[in-house]
Amino acid sequence: MKRKTFFLFSSIAIGCFSLLPFLWFVLTSWKTPSEIEAIPPQIIPSFYWGFYRSALEQYGLLRYMGNSVIVAGATTLFTIAIGSLAAYALARFRLSWTRFYLMLLLAISMFPQIAVAGPVWRILNYLNWLNSYHGVIAAYITLSLPMGIWIMTTFFKELPYEVEEAALVDGCTRLQVLWKVVLPLAAPGLFTAAILIFIHAWNEFFFALLILTNPTLQTLPVGIALFPGEYTMPWGEIAAASTMATLPLVFLTLLFQRRIVRGLSAGAVKG
Amino acid sequence: MSHSHRAALQFLFPSFLFVLVFTLFPIVESFRLSFYRLILTLPWLGQKFVGWENYRDLLTDPVALHSLLTTLMFVAVTTPLEVLFGLGMALVLSESFRGRGYLRAIVLVPWAIPTVVSSQMWRFIFNDRYGLFNFFLFGDDTSRYLAPLADLSLAPIAIIVAEIWKTSSFAFLIILAGLQAIPTDLYEAASMDGATVWQKFRYVTLPLLKPALLLALLFRTIDALRVFDLVFVMTQGGPADATNVLQFYGYKKSFAEGMIGYGSAISVVVFFLSLLLSLIYIRSMGSRMLQTVEAR
Amino acid sequence: MAGLEVRGLSKSFGDTRILEEISFDVAEGEFCVLLGPSGCGKTTLLRLVAGLEAPSTGTISIGDKRIDPLPPRERDIAFVFQSYALYPHMNVFDNLAFSLRLRGFSKQEIQSKVTEAARLLELEAHLERKPQELSGGQRQRVAVGRAIVRRPKIFLFDEPLSNLDAALRAGMRIELAQLHRKLQATILYVTHDQAEAMTLGEKIMVLDKGKLQQMGNPSAIYHKPANTFVARFVGSPQMNLIEGKLDDKGIVFRAGESRIDLSGALSGHGADYAAKDLTVGIRPEDFHPTAPDGAWIRGEVEIVEDLGSDKFVHIRSGHAKLVARIAPDVGLNRGEILGLAAAPNRLHLFSNGKRINK
Repeated sequence: MKRKTFFLFSSIAIGCFSLLPFLWFVLTSWKTPSEIEAIPPQIIPSFYWGFYRSALEQYGLLRYMGNSVIVAGATTLFTIAIGSLAAYALARFRLSWTRFYLMLLLAISMFPQIAVAGPVWRILNYLNWLNSYHGVIAAYITLSLPMGIWIMTTFFKELPYEVEEAALVDGCTRLQVLWKVVLPLAAPGLFTAAILIFIHAWNEFFFALLILTNPTLQTLPVGIALFPGEYTMPWGEIAAASTMATLPLVFLTLLFQRRIVRGLSAGAVKG
Repeated sequence: MSHSHRAALQFLFPSFLFVLVFTLFPIVESFRLSFYRLILTLPWLGQKFVGWENYRDLLTDPVALHSLLTTLMFVAVTTPLEVLFGLGMALVLSESFRGRGYLRAIVLVPWAIPTVVSSQMWRFIFNDRYGLFNFFLFGDDTSRYLAPLADLSLAPIAIIVAEIWKTSSFAFLIILAGLQAIPTDLYEAASMDGATVWQKFRYVTLPLLKPALLLALLFRTIDALRVFDLVFVMTQGGPADATNVLQFYGYKKSFAEGMIGYGSAISVVVFFLSLLLSLIYIRSMGSRMLQTVEAR
Repeated sequence: MAGLEVRGLSKSFGDTRILEEISFDVAEGEFCVLLGPSGCGKTTLLRLVAGLEAPSTGTISIGDKRIDPLPPRERDIAFVFQSYALYPHMNVFDNLAFSLRLRGFSKQEIQSKVTEAARLLELEAHLERKPQELSGGQRQRVAVGRAIVRRPKIFLFDEPLSNLDAALRAGMRIELAQLHRKLQATILYVTHDQAEAMTLGEKIMVLDKGKLQQMGNPSAIYHKPANTFVARFVGSPQMNLIEGKLDDKGIVFRAGESRIDLSGALSGHGADYAAKDLTVGIRPEDFHPTAPDGAWIRGEVEIVEDLGSDKFVHIRSGHAKLVARIAPDVGLNRGEILGLAAAPNRLHLFSNGKRINK
């Protein structure tokens, strides 16, 4: 009995800690301007949709969302394609230098962004890729590759190698083995990697801030961080935009909680 | 043998191209630029080799030294607390009870939220006129309300609170994986030997969880070293550089002030700081991790 | 179809030598079994032939064509894996059709070849099923079917029956023998099970510690083991090996109290081995009981195993432990003294581990 109440209380405490601050922000998005500033704070909003309308119409939230979908989507696609090639080689060719490459990837995933930011900016400037989707996508692919490769390598290693050897004897090239046998079998793992890469790219701020200075190309995090308002912050709109930027992720997380837990702990790579 | 070398090369080449162009080359380039005076706002100065000057300036730059100290403080305070919170949550959530799946998903919510969003959220909670923080401390006595983000001693605490809230769930994930790897029959054996709940935790869980705790601590350390989004949104490094962490300072020097050479010197210092930590990490954990990947 | 020719094949992993200078031929249409204990290198040998590993030295040819530089897909070889290695994401039909599709066969050809293989293996009813919906025996058939569907030059089998239970294994063994007769296929078959080797193999190669110990037909392997390893490894219960010394005249072999007259078995070569250490091998079924007085070997009965059809007596003679098969109707008790002898032409003589009699 004592044990049960302990778990009940600690569960509630953990749930509140994790959810309440954000829930408060979400509720804020449905308040009227006076409810936002009310003291004592008003908990239940009057479900006023005005801030959503102005976030969408005045601040162009839809455009930011579109940009985020394009950038995060393309990053995910390319990282999975390029990363699965690498992960297959790392999982199946155990050579001394492939081992080193795996360690190199781990090491560079830990580098602070500022260590490469200046030269990356200069390279993109030289290529005329600043303020372009492909510029930010190229940078994001580089950021996501280490995590993606580590996770996929772990998943590929779990597949029975004899099935791949059977395919080699049956007449496959290595690339055909990857395409016709490994990828279909590792689909759940690829999906897990894709979710994590997508969330990562959707949330990335530092490089987006550097590369995308043109508001029509900026992604959601940049839009939300640079929300205009010098003296009074447009909290209602920020809350509305934040809610809309986060809901897809919360949805993904609630839906694929198991996969995310497994994917992150499998490679034990930072997400 | 040479056949598999060639095949491996072909498969790894595309990824290596990205790593080379956008990571390895830039690091070398940062290194090179740190020995030059290059200021974008003063283009007529050109690009002049100045040797160690940028580094000498860095050593005597009070803002830089303060920034280093702030960053280290930030890391030293947040990471142990995150691991502690993560451990607590993992211990509760590794027990089986109804609704555990939902609760695990809820714990992941802070992890999934964009840092920019959680930063705005905490900025709102720490608002000086109608933030929840003030209401919890002072009720409706608005005359006593504080502006934490504009306060020299409160601003760093606000950043720390926001960081811990956002990233404890990552520590939780790693530690949970570690907990689940402990075979249950060890606990059953300990029960047979007469161990209490506390003794089981002290003599079974904790020793076997050490690698996971270390892993979480190191991951969080390396990540906390490069904190940027929180500071950019909540304080812009202020007030009076109280929250001016290294990555933000480097960003400001390079991109806001255009001091590419000096900014590169900061980058190099930050790079070596985290390289040192990642080496420690890889030495202590890396080979073990590679083994678990390769054993399969 | 064509035969397989292996010359001077060696394989090392780092400093560990897995295979040393292996040379052999498998004639066209021959069923050749590679027999050896686990870890002897037999699976590695098979994987070298398949191209799944690269040899350190040596050549592999099919017919007149060297295949060792080729990747597996260009060798025209089929491999049946111990774990079957069926494609879990494809149904039985697609598993069988996969290699044909890769080779660009037309839809009709694929259909007819797969149907034929399925009929041969009685898999027609299961073509739509996924591997995980099949029983162990059915999976085994699919694995075999995947190999035969494209009529390769050589079939390689890696312990294909070891994952089946005993009853199924005996049945599959007969089916494989029939299949070989029907297809006239060239087969290299790896196993550690001597019963499989003896019943299936037209030729048996015994491998131990990476070296070829003996090569020959089942009868030669059983009746004329080339060395003490083969003598001990083939046959159940094991051959009795008695270590002792030949007398100065090269006639009488002494081991403890035992005296064996080798003049018949050595047929005149006795002088060559006079006063040397020898090992005498006698299979349990070659012993016959005699009166203890004047018997070659006298021993005390320790255990009597009655299998119904056979009776095995374990006896102790000095320090040696021996097994003899006796007629089921002979009554023996523990502690009795038993005398044993054998026909001179049933003796196996080894010097320094190598066979010396014809």
